[in-house]
Amino acid sequence: MRLALWLLGALLLGGIVHLATVLVLPTLASQDAYARVSAIAPVNAVIAVPPPTPEKAVMPFMDPAFAMSVCRYDLSRGALKFSVPISQAYTSVSFYTRSDVAYYAINDRAAGRRVIELDLMTAAQRADLPENEEITAADRLIVTSPTNTGLIVIRALVPEEGWLASARGALAAAQCRLQ
Amino acid sequence: MGVAAAIGLGTTWIALTRGIAYGGVTIGAWTAWPKNGTPGIDPYAKAMMARTGELPVGSGDGVAFYAREDDAGQGLDGRCDVLVSGITPQARFWTLTLYDPQGRLVANSMQRQGFTSQQIIRKSDGSFDIVIGPRARPGNWLPTGGVEKYVLVLRLYDTPIGVATRTGREAPMPAISKRACQ
Repeated sequence: MRLALWLLGALLLGGIVHLATVLVLPTLASQDAYARVSAIAPVNAVIAVPPPTPEKAVMPFMDPAFAMSVCRYDLSRGALKFSVPISQAYTSVSFYTRSDVAYYAINDRAAGRRVIELDLMTAAQRADLPENEEITAADRLIVTSPTNTGLIVIRALVPEEGWLASARGALAAAQCRLQ
Repeated sequence: MGVAAAIGLGTTWIALTRGIAYGGVTIGAWTAWPKNGTPGIDPYAKAMMARTGELPVGSGDGVAFYAREDDAGQGLDGRCDVLVSGITPQARFWTLTLYDPQGRLVANSMQRQGFTSQQIIRKSDGSFDIVIGPRARPGNWLPTGGVEKYVLVLRLYDTPIGVATRTGREAPMPAISKRACQ
Protein backbone atom coordinates (compact mmCIF):
# COMPACT_ATOMS: atom_id res chain seq x y z
CA MET A 1 0.00 0.00 0.00
CA ARG A 2 2.74 2.35 1.04
CA LEU A 3 4.76 1.52 -2.08
CA ALA A 4 1.73 2.05 -4.30
CA LEU A 5 1.25 5.52 -2.82
CA TRP A 6 4.89 6.34 -3.41
CA LEU A 7 4.60 5.16 -6.98
CA LEU A 8 1.48 7.22 -7.55
CA GLY A 9 3.23 10.25 -6.12
CA ALA A 10 6.23 9.67 -8.35
CA LEU A 11 3.98 9.33 -11.40
CA LEU A 12 2.14 12.56 -10.61
CA LEU A 13 5.35 14.44 -9.97
CA GLY A 14 6.81 12.92 -13.13
CA GLY A 15 3.81 14.19 -15.06
CA ILE A 16 4.38 17.68 -13.72
CA VAL A 17 8.08 17.54 -14.60
CA HIS A 18 7.13 16.34 -18.09
CA LEU A 19 4.66 19.16 -18.73
CA ALA A 20 6.97 21.77 -17.25
CA THR A 21 9.92 20.73 -19.41
CA VAL A 22 7.79 20.63 -22.58
CA LEU A 23 6.54 24.15 -21.90
CA VAL A 24 9.86 25.62 -20.81
CA LEU A 25 12.08 23.97 -23.41
CA PRO A 26 11.28 26.38 -26.28
CA THR A 27 12.45 29.35 -24.22
CA LEU A 28 15.71 27.62 -23.31
CA ALA A 29 16.57 26.22 -26.74
CA SER A 30 19.84 27.66 -27.96
CA GLN A 31 19.74 26.08 -31.40
CA ASP A 32 16.20 26.96 -32.46
CA ALA A 33 15.53 28.59 -35.81
CA TYR A 34 15.67 32.12 -34.39
CA ALA A 35 19.06 31.48 -32.82
CA ARG A 36 20.37 29.90 -36.03
CA VAL A 37 19.20 32.84 -38.14
CA SER A 38 20.53 35.35 -35.59
CA ALA A 39 24.01 33.99 -36.19
CA ILE A 40 23.93 35.25 -39.79
CA ALA A 41 21.37 38.07 -39.79
CA PRO A 42 21.76 41.64 -38.51
CA VAL A 43 18.74 43.37 -36.94
CA ASN A 44 16.15 45.15 -39.11
CA ALA A 45 17.82 44.38 -42.43
CA VAL A 46 17.20 41.85 -45.19
CA ILE A 47 19.89 39.26 -45.70
CA ALA A 48 20.05 36.27 -48.06
CA VAL A 49 20.10 32.85 -46.43
CA PRO A 50 22.58 30.51 -48.14
CA PRO A 51 20.78 27.70 -50.00
CA PRO A 52 20.88 24.35 -48.15
CA THR A 53 23.43 21.76 -49.29
CA PRO A 54 24.05 18.21 -48.01
CA GLU A 55 27.08 19.56 -46.11
CA LYS A 56 25.59 22.68 -44.65
CA ALA A 57 22.23 24.27 -43.99
CA VAL A 58 21.16 27.05 -41.66
CA MET A 59 18.12 25.01 -40.60
CA PRO A 60 16.99 21.40 -41.09
CA PHE A 61 14.21 20.64 -43.59
CA MET A 62 14.76 23.76 -45.72
CA ASP A 63 13.09 23.55 -49.14
CA PRO A 64 15.96 23.65 -51.68
CA ALA A 65 13.58 24.77 -54.45
CA PHE A 66 13.41 28.25 -52.92
CA ALA A 67 15.65 31.27 -52.72
CA MET A 68 15.29 32.65 -49.20
CA SER A 69 16.03 35.85 -47.35
CA VAL A 70 15.27 36.88 -43.78
CA CYS A 71 14.75 40.05 -41.81
CA ARG A 72 15.36 39.61 -38.10
CA TYR A 73 13.29 42.37 -36.65
CA ASP A 74 13.24 44.31 -33.41
CA LEU A 75 10.27 46.62 -32.96
CA SER A 76 11.33 48.05 -29.59
CA ARG A 77 12.37 51.33 -31.24
CA GLY A 78 9.45 51.63 -33.64
CA ALA A 79 7.39 50.02 -36.36
CA LEU A 80 8.88 48.46 -39.46
CA LYS A 81 8.18 49.03 -43.15
CA PHE A 82 8.54 45.96 -45.30
CA SER A 83 8.37 45.48 -49.06
CA VAL A 84 9.40 42.92 -51.65
CA PRO A 85 8.66 42.82 -55.40
CA ILE A 86 7.14 39.50 -56.43
CA SER A 87 9.18 37.14 -58.59
CA GLN A 88 7.97 35.34 -61.72
CA ALA A 89 6.84 32.12 -60.10
CA TYR A 90 5.76 32.28 -56.47
CA THR A 91 6.75 34.57 -53.64
CA SER A 92 5.71 34.33 -50.00
CA VAL A 93 6.40 36.28 -46.84
CA SER A 94 6.03 34.47 -43.50
CA PHE A 95 6.20 35.98 -40.03
CA TYR A 96 7.51 34.16 -36.96
CA THR A 97 7.64 35.21 -33.31
CA ARG A 98 10.79 35.08 -31.20
CA SER A 99 9.82 31.49 -30.34
CA ASP A 100 9.42 30.44 -34.01
CA VAL A 101 5.62 30.44 -34.02
CA ALA A 102 4.24 31.25 -37.50
CA TYR A 103 1.63 33.94 -36.86
CA TYR A 104 1.08 35.31 -40.35
CA ALA A 105 1.96 34.49 -43.95
CA ILE A 106 1.01 36.05 -47.25
CA ASN A 107 1.78 35.08 -50.82
CA ASP A 108 1.94 37.04 -54.06
CA ARG A 109 -1.57 36.06 -55.16
CA ALA A 110 -3.12 37.08 -51.84
CA ALA A 111 -1.24 40.39 -52.04
CA GLY A 112 -2.72 40.90 -55.51
CA ARG A 113 -0.09 43.27 -56.88
CA ARG A 114 3.50 43.44 -58.09
CA VAL A 115 4.89 44.39 -54.70
CA ILE A 116 4.09 42.91 -51.29
CA GLU A 117 4.12 45.95 -49.00
CA LEU A 118 3.21 46.13 -45.33
CA ASP A 119 3.81 47.72 -41.97
CA LEU A 120 4.84 45.54 -39.05
CA MET A 121 4.18 46.74 -35.53
CA THR A 122 3.34 45.61 -32.03
CA ALA A 123 -0.22 45.81 -30.69
CA ALA A 124 0.79 48.84 -28.58
CA GLN A 125 2.24 50.67 -31.59
CA ARG A 126 -0.90 49.92 -33.56
CA ALA A 127 -3.06 51.33 -30.79
CA ASP A 128 -0.98 54.51 -30.88
CA LEU A 129 -1.67 55.12 -34.58
CA PRO A 130 -3.49 58.44 -35.08
CA GLU A 131 -7.10 57.74 -35.91
CA ASN A 132 -7.79 60.73 -38.10
CA GLU A 133 -5.33 59.78 -40.80
CA GLU A 134 -6.61 57.86 -43.77
CA ILE A 135 -4.08 55.20 -43.06
CA THR A 136 -6.68 52.54 -42.57
CA ALA A 137 -7.18 52.64 -46.33
CA ALA A 138 -7.46 49.21 -47.87
CA ASP A 139 -4.10 49.47 -49.59
CA ARG A 140 -2.15 49.67 -46.36
CA LEU A 141 -1.59 46.26 -44.87
CA ILE A 142 -0.72 46.28 -41.19
CA VAL A 143 0.62 43.14 -39.54
CA THR A 144 0.68 42.97 -35.74
CA SER A 145 3.56 41.09 -34.16
CA PRO A 146 2.80 39.34 -30.85
CA THR A 147 6.44 39.80 -29.78
CA ASN A 148 8.94 42.67 -30.03
CA THR A 149 11.41 40.51 -31.92
CA GLY A 150 10.97 37.83 -34.54
CA LEU A 151 11.67 36.81 -38.10
CA ILE A 152 10.29 37.76 -41.50
CA VAL A 153 11.09 34.99 -43.97
CA ILE A 154 10.89 35.92 -47.65
CA ARG A 155 10.90 33.07 -50.14
CA ALA A 156 10.83 32.97 -53.92
CA LEU A 157 10.30 29.67 -55.73
CA VAL A 158 12.74 28.51 -58.40
CA PRO A 159 10.44 26.06 -60.22
CA GLU A 160 13.00 25.31 -62.94
CA GLU A 161 16.64 26.05 -63.55
CA GLY A 162 16.90 29.40 -65.22
CA TRP A 163 14.42 31.03 -62.87
CA LEU A 164 17.01 31.47 -60.15
CA ALA A 165 18.07 34.94 -61.30
CA SER A 166 14.49 36.23 -61.18
CA ALA A 167 13.93 34.78 -57.71
CA ARG A 168 17.20 36.13 -56.33
CA GLY A 169 16.57 39.50 -57.98
CA ALA A 170 13.21 39.88 -56.28
CA LEU A 171 14.66 38.96 -52.90
CA ALA A 172 17.62 41.31 -53.37
CA ALA A 173 15.16 44.19 -53.74
CA ALA A 174 13.37 43.34 -50.47
CA GLN A 175 13.49 46.02 -47.78
CA CYS A 176 12.78 46.08 -44.10
CA ARG A 177 13.57 49.17 -42.08
CA LEU A 178 12.33 51.19 -39.16
CA GLN A 179 9.77 53.85 -40.06
CA MET B 1 12.01 12.28 -6.26
CA GLY B 2 14.58 10.71 -8.52
CA VAL B 3 12.00 8.37 -9.97
CA ALA B 4 9.66 11.31 -10.64
CA ALA B 5 12.39 13.28 -12.38
CA ALA B 6 13.31 10.24 -14.45
CA ILE B 7 9.69 9.66 -15.48
CA GLY B 8 9.17 13.34 -16.33
CA LEU B 9 12.36 13.90 -18.27
CA GLY B 10 12.16 10.48 -19.89
CA THR B 11 8.67 11.02 -21.25
CA THR B 12 9.63 14.51 -22.46
CA TRP B 13 12.63 13.09 -24.27
CA ILE B 14 10.56 10.34 -25.88
CA ALA B 15 7.79 12.75 -26.88
CA LEU B 16 10.23 15.17 -28.51
CA THR B 17 12.45 12.69 -30.32
CA ARG B 18 9.79 10.26 -31.54
CA GLY B 19 7.85 13.02 -33.20
CA ILE B 20 4.68 12.78 -31.18
CA ALA B 21 2.47 15.73 -32.08
CA TYR B 22 -1.24 16.27 -32.05
CA GLY B 23 -3.52 17.49 -34.79
CA GLY B 24 -1.86 15.62 -37.63
CA VAL B 25 -3.66 14.81 -40.89
CA THR B 26 -2.63 11.40 -42.21
CA ILE B 27 -3.44 10.52 -45.82
CA GLY B 28 -1.92 7.24 -46.98
CA ALA B 29 1.75 7.24 -46.02
CA TRP B 30 1.79 11.03 -45.61
CA THR B 31 1.21 13.11 -42.50
CA ALA B 32 0.97 16.88 -42.21
CA TRP B 33 0.53 19.12 -39.17
CA PRO B 34 -1.14 22.19 -40.71
CA LYS B 35 -1.68 23.64 -37.23
CA ASN B 36 2.08 23.92 -36.77
CA GLY B 37 2.01 26.82 -39.23
CA THR B 38 -0.41 28.80 -37.06
CA PRO B 39 -0.34 30.43 -33.60
CA GLY B 40 -2.38 27.38 -32.49
CA ILE B 41 0.69 25.10 -32.66
CA ASP B 42 0.58 22.62 -29.77
CA PRO B 43 3.26 22.74 -27.04
CA TYR B 44 4.80 19.42 -28.09
CA ALA B 45 5.29 20.49 -31.70
CA LYS B 46 6.66 23.81 -30.50
CA ALA B 47 9.17 22.12 -28.19
CA MET B 48 10.12 19.70 -30.95
CA MET B 49 10.81 22.50 -33.42
CA ALA B 50 12.82 24.40 -30.80
CA ARG B 51 14.96 21.29 -30.43
CA THR B 52 15.48 20.54 -34.12
CA GLY B 53 15.78 24.18 -35.20
CA GLU B 54 13.37 24.03 -38.12
CA LEU B 55 10.80 26.63 -39.08
CA PRO B 56 7.26 25.43 -39.83
CA VAL B 57 5.64 26.38 -43.14
CA GLY B 58 3.24 29.25 -42.40
CA SER B 59 -0.39 28.38 -43.07
CA GLY B 60 -0.84 31.29 -45.51
CA ASP B 61 2.14 29.95 -47.46
CA GLY B 62 1.57 26.22 -47.72
CA VAL B 63 1.54 22.88 -45.99
CA ALA B 64 4.18 20.14 -45.67
CA PHE B 65 3.39 16.40 -45.78
CA TYR B 66 6.03 14.01 -44.38
CA ALA B 67 6.48 10.33 -45.25
CA ARG B 68 8.94 8.07 -43.41
CA GLU B 69 7.36 4.81 -44.53
CA ASP B 70 5.74 3.41 -47.66
CA ASP B 71 2.07 2.47 -47.97
CA ALA B 72 2.84 -0.98 -46.51
CA GLY B 73 4.33 0.60 -43.39
CA GLN B 74 7.95 -0.25 -44.18
CA GLY B 75 10.61 2.39 -43.58
CA LEU B 76 11.91 4.20 -46.66
CA ASP B 77 15.27 2.64 -47.55
CA GLY B 78 17.61 4.38 -49.98
CA ARG B 79 19.01 1.05 -51.16
CA CYS B 80 15.63 0.11 -52.65
CA ASP B 81 13.62 1.48 -55.54
CA VAL B 82 10.49 3.24 -54.34
CA LEU B 83 7.72 4.38 -56.65
CA VAL B 84 5.80 7.54 -55.82
CA SER B 85 2.84 7.71 -58.16
CA GLY B 86 -0.48 9.40 -58.58
CA ILE B 87 -1.63 12.96 -58.26
CA THR B 88 -1.30 15.70 -55.69
CA PRO B 89 -3.94 17.87 -54.02
CA GLN B 90 -4.83 21.20 -55.56
CA ALA B 91 -1.97 23.69 -55.25
CA ARG B 92 -0.34 26.36 -57.39
CA PHE B 93 3.05 24.68 -56.95
CA TRP B 94 4.41 21.72 -55.07
CA THR B 95 7.88 20.42 -54.28
CA LEU B 96 9.04 16.93 -53.33
CA THR B 97 12.30 16.74 -51.37
CA LEU B 98 14.38 13.89 -49.96
CA TYR B 99 16.10 14.36 -46.59
CA ASP B 100 17.93 12.16 -44.13
CA PRO B 101 16.01 11.61 -40.85
CA GLN B 102 17.67 14.70 -39.33
CA GLY B 103 16.41 16.93 -42.15
CA ARG B 104 19.68 17.26 -44.05
CA LEU B 105 19.77 17.01 -47.84
CA VAL B 106 21.40 13.83 -49.15
CA ALA B 107 24.48 14.06 -51.36
CA ASN B 108 24.36 12.31 -54.75
CA SER B 109 26.12 12.44 -58.09
CA MET B 110 23.25 14.33 -59.76
CA GLN B 111 23.13 17.11 -57.14
CA ARG B 112 19.38 16.52 -57.21
CA GLN B 113 17.52 16.57 -53.92
CA GLY B 114 13.98 16.92 -55.17
CA PHE B 115 11.53 18.00 -57.83
CA THR B 116 9.17 20.89 -58.28
CA SER B 117 5.76 20.45 -59.90
CA GLN B 118 7.15 22.04 -63.08
CA GLN B 119 10.10 19.66 -63.42
CA ILE B 120 7.99 16.50 -63.46
CA ILE B 121 7.27 14.54 -66.63
CA ARG B 122 3.57 13.65 -66.51
CA LYS B 123 1.40 11.07 -68.21
CA SER B 124 -1.43 12.18 -70.49
CA ASP B 125 -3.94 12.08 -67.62
CA GLY B 126 -1.80 14.42 -65.53
CA SER B 127 -0.60 11.79 -63.08
CA PHE B 128 3.09 11.05 -62.58
CA ASP B 129 5.54 8.32 -61.59
CA ILE B 130 8.66 9.22 -59.67
CA VAL B 131 11.22 6.49 -59.02
CA ILE B 132 13.32 7.07 -55.92
CA GLY B 133 16.33 4.80 -55.77
CA PRO B 134 20.09 4.41 -55.80
CA ARG B 135 20.51 3.72 -59.55
CA ALA B 136 19.81 6.05 -62.47
CA ARG B 137 16.44 5.63 -64.18
CA PRO B 138 14.87 7.22 -67.24
CA GLY B 139 12.00 9.59 -66.49
CA ASN B 140 11.50 11.15 -63.06
CA TRP B 141 14.37 9.74 -61.03
CA LEU B 142 15.20 11.00 -57.57
CA PRO B 143 18.56 9.63 -56.38
CA THR B 144 18.90 8.43 -52.78
CA GLY B 145 22.68 8.37 -52.60
CA GLY B 146 22.22 4.89 -51.10
CA VAL B 147 21.33 6.15 -47.60
CA GLU B 148 19.75 3.65 -45.28
CA LYS B 149 16.84 5.80 -44.12
CA TYR B 150 15.25 8.86 -45.60
CA VAL B 151 12.23 11.12 -45.30
CA LEU B 152 10.13 12.47 -48.16
CA VAL B 153 8.52 15.87 -47.79
CA LEU B 154 5.81 16.97 -50.20
CA ARG B 155 5.09 20.67 -49.80
CA LEU B 156 2.02 22.28 -51.34
CA TYR B 157 2.16 26.03 -51.89
CA ASP B 158 -0.83 28.31 -52.29
CA THR B 159 -3.26 25.52 -51.58
CA PRO B 160 -6.72 25.14 -50.04
CA ILE B 161 -5.35 22.18 -48.05
CA GLY B 162 -4.88 23.21 -44.43
CA VAL B 163 -6.22 22.99 -40.90
CA ALA B 164 -9.72 22.11 -42.14
CA THR B 165 -8.55 19.16 -44.27
CA ARG B 166 -9.46 15.76 -42.85
CA THR B 167 -9.58 13.10 -45.53
CA GLY B 168 -7.88 11.82 -48.64
CA ARG B 169 -10.91 12.70 -50.75
CA GLU B 170 -10.12 16.37 -50.25
CA ALA B 171 -6.41 15.76 -50.62
CA PRO B 172 -5.46 12.89 -52.96
CA MET B 173 -1.84 12.13 -52.07
CA PRO B 174 0.44 10.00 -54.28
CA ALA B 175 0.94 6.33 -53.39
CA ILE B 176 4.35 5.14 -52.13
CA SER B 177 5.27 1.54 -52.98
CA LYS B 178 8.51 -0.37 -52.61
CA ARG B 179 10.00 -2.16 -55.60
CA ALA B 180 13.26 -4.10 -55.94
CA CYS B 181 16.07 -3.72 -53.44
CA GLN B 182 19.78 -3.81 -54.15
